[in-house]
Parts: sequence; C-alpha cells; structure tokens
Amino acid sequence: MSFLHFAWSWVSSSQHWQGSGGVPHRVLEHLGYSGLSLLVGALIAVPLGVWIGHTGRGRLFVVNLANVWRAIPTLGLLTLMVVLLGFSALTWLIPLTVLAIPPILVNAYEGVAGVDPDLKDAALGMGMTQWQVLRKVEVPLATPLIVLGLRTAAIFVVSTATIAAQIALGGLGRYIIDGLASNDYAEVAGGALVVVVLALLVQLLFVGLRRLVVPAGLRAQARASR
Amino acid sequence: MFPARSLRRGVVLGMAVTASLALAACGSSSPSKNPLSGGSSAGKIVIGSANFPEDELLAEIYSLALTAKGVKVTDKFNIGAREVYYPQVKKGAVTIVPEYNGTLLTVEVDKTSTAATTSQVDAALKADLPSTMEVLNPSTAQDSDSVTVTQAFATAHHLTSSSSIGDLKPFAASMVFGGPSELQTRSDGLAGFKKDYGLTFKGFDALDESGPITLKALTTGKVQAADVFSTTPQIITDHLVSLADPKFNFAAQNVIPLVYKKAMTPTIISTLNAISAKLNTAGLLAMDKAIGVDHDSYPAVAAGWLKTEGLPGGS
Repeated sequence: MSFLHFAWSWVSSSQHWQGSGGVPHRVLEHLGYSGLSLLVGALIAVPLGVWIGHTGRGRLFVVNLANVWRAIPTLGLLTLMVVLLGFSALTWLIPLTVLAIPPILVNAYEGVAGVDPDLKDAALGMGMTQWQVLRKVEVPLATPLIVLGLRTAAIFVVSTATIAAQIALGGLGRYIIDGLASNDYAEVAGGALVVVVLALLVQLLFVGLRRLVVPAGLRAQARASR
Repeated sequence: MFPARSLRRGVVLGMAVTASLALAACGSSSPSKNPLSGGSSAGKIVIGSANFPEDELLAEIYSLALTAKGVKVTDKFNIGAREVYYPQVKKGAVTIVPEYNGTLLTVEVDKTSTAATTSQVDAALKADLPSTMEVLNPSTAQDSDSVTVTQAFATAHHLTSSSSIGDLKPFAASMVFGGPSELQTRSDGLAGFKKDYGLTFKGFDALDESGPITLKALTTGKVQAADVFSTTPQIITDHLVSLADPKFNFAAQNVIPLVYKKAMTPTIISTLNAISAKLNTAGLLAMDKAIGVDHDSYPAVAAGWLKTEGLPGGS
C-alpha cells in the first residue's frame, strides 16, 4: 500500500500540476512521443501485414522477423541511436516505432490471413478484382484484429515512452528518472501512477475506436455467438 | 540439431568437468568453511582490486613494482565492489588495494563526512579508518567528476587545461550544462557551481553518468559543458578539456593505496609511495585510454608507465 500512499501524496499536491514541469504538460509531451511513434508504426506495419496476409508472400520471414524483433531492448536501441544519430527526433522515434511494429504487423497479417477462403472465392466469383476483395472483404473482416494490434502497440509505447527522459527530453519519464536520481520515492511513484492511468485511458480509447471502425455486421455476429 | 547420442555424451562430459572442478575447489580448503569469507594470510602480500579496469591497472602497477623490489606478492585482481573487498582488507585476507580517497571515506568509513579537499579527506581517513588498516601517501591522480568542455569550445573561449570551472563565468549565461539528473538537486551540482564559482548556467540537460549519451551531447553541441569523469578515455579521443576544480566543489578522489597495517614493511611503503609521487591524472588517463580504446594488455601498459617514470618493475 505504501506505493499508492506515496503516489497519491505526490499526485494530489497541486504544485505538481502547474507549469512546464507539471503533470498536464508532461502528459501532452508523453502523448506526443507515443502518438507519433504509434502512427509511424501503423503506417509501416498495417499495409505490410495486410499485404502479406492477402498474398501469403514472405509470410514466414516477416512473421518470424516480427517475433525476433520483439526481443530488441528499447533502452539499448535508444543509446545506440544517440551514438549513431546524436539528438534528433529520430533518436527516440526509431526505438519506439520498432517497439510498436511487431504487434501491429502480426495482428494485421493474422486478421487478413484468417479470412474464410470461401468468402474470398465467393467475392471473386461475383466478379470482384483482387483489390476489391482486399478492400471490401478482407480488411473489413480483419479490423477487429488490426485494432487489437494497434491497442497492444499503444500500451507498449505509452508505457515505454518514459525512456525519452534518458536523453534529456520531457514526458512522464522525467518524474521517474529525476525522482530516482534525487531519492524522491513519492515523485517516482507518482510519475509511475500517472503512466499507468494514462495507459488505461488509452486502452479505453481503443475500445471506443473498435466500436467505431468494426463493421456493424461483425459486431452483430459477435453478439449472436456470445 | 545434434544427434541425440552426441548430445548425451556432451552432457555427461559437462557433468564430469563440473564434478572435478567442484572437487578441486573443495580440496583447497575445508569444505565446511564459507568460501566467500576468505582465508587467513599471515605474512603474505595479496594485492586486490575492484572490478573495473582502472583499479585493476593500478593493482597491476603495484604488483609489478613490488615484485621488482623482491616482495613476494599474490595477485587477486577484479574482486568486486568495495563492499566485497573492503572487509577482506580489514581482516588482512587482502593486504593492498588501490583506492580513491573520497569514495573510500564516504562509502565505507564515514558516510556523513563533508571533507572535500585531498588533505581534508586524507586526514579524515587517517583519523577514522579501522585500526587494522591505513592509507599511504595519496597521488595527485584523480578519477573524479569534472566540468568538461570540448577543445573547440575551449579554444574559442581562451580556456586551457589549466583553466578552472570559475573561468566559465562570463559565458555561463549562454551555456547548457549536462550531467546525471541528481546534479540538479545535489549540493555539489548546480548549487555547488553557484556557491563555489558564482556560475549560473542557462539550462540543465539530464543525461547519463559520464556515458555515451553525455559524451554525444557534448560533442554535438547539445550541451556546452558536461560532467565527465576525469579519466574517461574519450577526453583524449573526442578532444575534450576537463577544467580544474581548485575549490573542490567535487570532493577529492585521489588514487591512494589502502593497506593492511600489519603486513607493511619499509620496502613496500617506500615503493608504493614512490608510485603515488609520480602518478597524475594525465598519466592515468593515458593508461586508461591504452586499455579501453587501444586494448593493450594491462601488464604491458603498467610496465610501460613504470619504465617511463623510472620506477622499479618497468620494461
């Protein structure tokens, strides 16, 4: 309970909610790093996953690569980027994007590859082109998994974007690193609590997003089979 | 991958090797004794070192010089952290260890000490070390925090290697200082720069402890000055200049031999003191670079330095 006690005493103090070092500003910075990394990760991994799922080409290679890829230590990669690139936006964007790609890629692939072949046959039989099959049948049917991949990646990225503070940037990691350095446990616990709450809110956001983007037919089907 | 039979043979072989090693280990001392507690060593000179390259190198220097003087020594380098080797020196299982006076004082001897200069720290050590141990003469070589700038910055602002932190005063208002986050709050950090040298930097960037991030920030101009340990080899390879700290904002970290009193002889003391008299930060930095960057062997670097300084054990 002492974690919550310390965390709450820090979070509930109004002085930690003001100015450029305050929680609202740090949350915005944190969401900035996370959001951009997730966006770049999605722009790379969704089309790639969908294409591999549709064609089946390079399937084994990419899926295995994505799994091995997960083992890359983000903090180590960050330090490597500093050594190679110095201090630019890419220095933090690359490690966080690398972290976001595997869950998005694998889920997008599984979503499209898992579409019932009979449905694809039927769509082709109706005279649809490959492109139309992809756009009107496979991708809509894969959206639940694509959104799941994005959600998983978002959790990874939001909880790991704290590493930006390692290279003198802001975000919620500032509290954790500065708190550890000055032996201020309340600051560390408070910062960690804000990260957890933010990650949970992002989860909720994706649950809402799923409602918006998953086709009504699939949702009805899911309800019926429950 | 492997055929099952050869795999099994490998396992059996591995077990046999492990068993024989275990037996050999048991043979050297009675099996009931905790192997971590160390043995007694009446009259034996055992040179130990902490588990990082610079300390091992210093131990190598002590070892070569003492051997050349006819002292029979046993090397026990790379023992571990201070928490591990310090009790061994206290009871004489290890008799000589190269130490750093400032951290020796504040980590093991007196955690509340505020001694800062070399003489204050040494006086505190002499007064407060447990009676079985003593420190010999300190060298001027220091492995301490230092305010460091690039050679290019130094040239542009007419600073030399003999300039002090205080000489940054006219430029500090336009400089960002980089270092580990704790310097923002610690008394020898930003507060100390202001108190001792009247410096107030424009900004502070929280980086790592004299590691790759700090060095990159300094060499790319993200920060104009940074906390870099004074024997970091990149000071040579990246062309950096460490500024002097005459007011000891950062507590002294002179290399000093910590010894077990009863094992000392006049020969040992005079040999180690002769080494300390010659050892300076520039020399230590050059040796650290030879080991860490050029990957020369420890004995070769140690013997080379002893020879250059005209000390016994050089070759």
